[in-house]
Amino acid sequence: MNMFRANFWLHYAGPQAFYGLAGRLWPWCAALAVALGVWGLWLGFMVAPADAQQGEGYRIIFVHVPASWMSMVIYMAMAFWSVLGLTFNTRLSGMMTRALAPTGAMFAFLSLWTGALWGKPMWGTWWVWDARLTSELILFFLYLGYIALTSAIDDQRRGDRAGALIAIVGAINVPIIYFSVKWWNTLHQGASVSLTKSPSMAQVMLWGMLLMAMCFWLYTIALVLYRVRTTILQRESHTAWVQTIVQEAA
Amino acid sequence: MTLGVSNISCVRGHKPLFAPVSFSLQAGQALHVEGDNGVGKTSLLRIICGLSPADAGEVLWNGKALNRLHPEAVEAFRATLCYMGHNLSLKDELTALENLLFDAQVAGRSLSHDTAMDALRKMGLNTRAHLPLRVLSQGQKRRTALARLSVTDAKLWVLDEPFVALDAQSLDSLCVLLASHVQQGGMLLYTSHQAVALSQPHGPAVDIRPLRLVGA
Amino acid sequence: MIWQAFCAVLRRDLLLAWRRKSEGLSAVFFFVVVAALFPLGIGPELNVLRNIAPGVLWVGALLSSMLALQRLFEADFRDGTLEQMALSPIAMPLLIGAKMLAHWLVSGLPLVLLAPVLGLQFDLSGEALVTLTFALLLGTPILSLVGGVGAALTLGVRGGGVLLSLLVLPLFVPVLVFGAGAVEAQVSGLGVQAHLSILMAMLLPALFFGPLASAFALRIALE
Repeated sequence: MNMFRANFWLHYAGPQAFYGLAGRLWPWCAALAVALGVWGLWLGFMVAPADAQQGEGYRIIFVHVPASWMSMVIYMAMAFWSVLGLTFNTRLSGMMTRALAPTGAMFAFLSLWTGALWGKPMWGTWWVWDARLTSELILFFLYLGYIALTSAIDDQRRGDRAGALIAIVGAINVPIIYFSVKWWNTLHQGASVSLTKSPSMAQVMLWGMLLMAMCFWLYTIALVLYRVRTTILQRESHTAWVQTIVQEAA
Repeated sequence: MTLGVSNISCVRGHKPLFAPVSFSLQAGQALHVEGDNGVGKTSLLRIICGLSPADAGEVLWNGKALNRLHPEAVEAFRATLCYMGHNLSLKDELTALENLLFDAQVAGRSLSHDTAMDALRKMGLNTRAHLPLRVLSQGQKRRTALARLSVTDAKLWVLDEPFVALDAQSLDSLCVLLASHVQQGGMLLYTSHQAVALSQPHGPAVDIRPLRLVGA
Repeated sequence: MIWQAFCAVLRRDLLLAWRRKSEGLSAVFFFVVVAALFPLGIGPELNVLRNIAPGVLWVGALLSSMLALQRLFEADFRDGTLEQMALSPIAMPLLIGAKMLAHWLVSGLPLVLLAPVLGLQFDLSGEALVTLTFALLLGTPILSLVGGVGAALTLGVRGGGVLLSLLVLPLFVPVLVFGAGAVEAQVSGLGVQAHLSILMAMLLPALFFGPLASAFALRIALE
C-alpha cells in the first residue's frame, strides 16, 4: 500500500490491524533501544571526561536529562492522541494515551529522583523550588491525575474521553506552569543544549545524552506498543479475531 | 417532523443490551417502548434524546443524523424535545411554582406566573404550589414534573415511566393530556410497564404502536 | 431568551444556596479556621507571621475552593437538572457559566471580603491587604472556572473528592504563584502590576474556556 494515501493510515487506525503492526514493530524497537542504550551508557560512563567542577558525579545527567526530555515528549504525545481521539472518535487513540501515561509518569519520577541524587552532592540540597524542578513535579502530578481519573471510571469509553480532556487541559497548562514558576524563582542552570545555539558542553557528552535520549524514546515506543497490544486484546475480547488468538494460545 | 431510528444498539460491559432497533415516528403518533427490566429502555430513550451516543446505528431527525447536525439544527431539535427521565429534574428546596418557572426559563421558553399556576391547578396542586417540594409526597412531586408537559410547546415528548406513583385521578389527567398532545399533531415516545389507553373524554383512543425491546 | 436563561440559572443557584445555608458556609468557615489556626500553631512572632501571610491565606483560599468545587455540579447531576440543561436549546456553556458565577458569589467572594480581616491577624500592612484583596478578586474566579473542569470530569466517579483535588492541583499552581507573589512583591517594594496583570491574563481566557471545557466534560459525564 502506498504510504501517502489516507487509507493506509486509516487502515491501521483499526485495532486489529494495529495489533499486527505493533506486534511486528516492538521487538525491533526494543532491540535498537538496548543497542543505543549500551552505546550511550558506554559513552557517558566510560568515554566522556570528568567534569572540571563536578567530578565524576555529573555523569547522572546522562540519565537525568533524557528522562526529563522524555517525560515532556510523552505528555505532548498523550495530548496529540487525545486531540485525535476527540476529533475522530477512534478507539485506538484512547488506548494509546492510556498506554503512554505510566511510562511518562515513570520518566517524570526518574527525572525528579536523578535530579535529587545529582543535586545533593553538587549543590548540597535534595530539592530546590526552582522553575524546572517545580514544573517537573507538577508534570508528575498531571500524569498521576490522568492515571487516577482513567482508572476510577469504569466505562472505558467515558474514561478515554475524560482522560483526553484532562490531558489536553494539562498540556496547555504545562507552559503556563513553567513560566509562572520561572518568574517566581530561578536557580536551574540555563539551557545547555539548544537547537539554535551551539552547545556549551563537550561533544562526547552531547552524543552520550542524545544516544540515551534515543534509547529512551525507542524503549518507550516498544513498551507502549506492547502495552497497547494487551489493551486491544482486553477491549476487543468479544470479537472473533481475538477469540481465535486466545484459543490458539491456550 | 419525523423521528427515525435505524439499527440502534447499545453496549454495556462488552455485550449489547438489546437487539438492534429500528422505527419511524411521525407527527400525531405515539410509540410505547416495552421490555423486561434491565433490557435497556432508558438507555434507548437517552440515545434518542442525544444524551448518550449509540454504539451502532443512527438517530435521524427529519432525515438527518442527529450526531452530524449543524448547531442551529441541534438547537431546533432540543427546542422541540421534552424529555422526562426517572429522576424528576426538580429541586426539593424550591416550591412547585418556582420549579416550573425556572425550568421553563432554562429551556428557553417564556412562562407567565398565571399559566404556571393554571398548569399546577390542572394537576391538583394549587394548594401546594407555594410549598417547598420536599414536603410534598412522591405522587405530588411527580404531578409537578408532569405539569411541565402542559406548559411546554415541545412537539416531541420522550417520557421514561411517566405513569409510576400516580393515583387514579392523576393517571386519568395524564392520559387525557398525552392524548390531546398526540391528537394535536405532537409525537409521543414513552416506556411503561403498565398498559394504558390514551383518550380524551368522550373521544377516540389514540392508536399506540408497541415496540418491544428484546435482549440481544 | 438567552439572557433570561442565564439569569434563571444564576437566580436558581443563588436561591438554593440561600435555602441550604450550611453548605455555602462550610467552605468559608474552613478558610477562617485555616487562617486562624496558623498564627496559633506558629507562634506570635510578628515577623514570621508577616512573611508567611500571603502564602497561608492563598493556600487557605485554594483549599477552601477545592472543598467547595465538589458541590458545583453534584446536586444537579443527582436530581436530573443537569440533563435538562444539556437538553436545553440554550448553549450549555452559557448555563454552566451562570452556575460558576453563582458558585463564585457564594464560595469565592466571601473569601475576598474576609481576607483583609483575616490578614490583620498576620500584621500585614494596609497596602498589602489591598493587594491581597485585589489578587484574590482576580484569582478566585479563575479557581471556580478552571476547577469546574475537574469537578465535571469527576462527577459520579469513585474517590471523587481526592481525585478532584489531584486533578485541579496542577491547574491552580500558577494562580497561587502569582497571587501570593503579588502580595510578596508589594511587601518587598517591587511593583505589583506585573503579577496582577498576569492574573488578569489568566482570568480572561478562563472566562471563555472554563465553561466550554466544563460543558464538554459534563456531556461526557452524562453519557
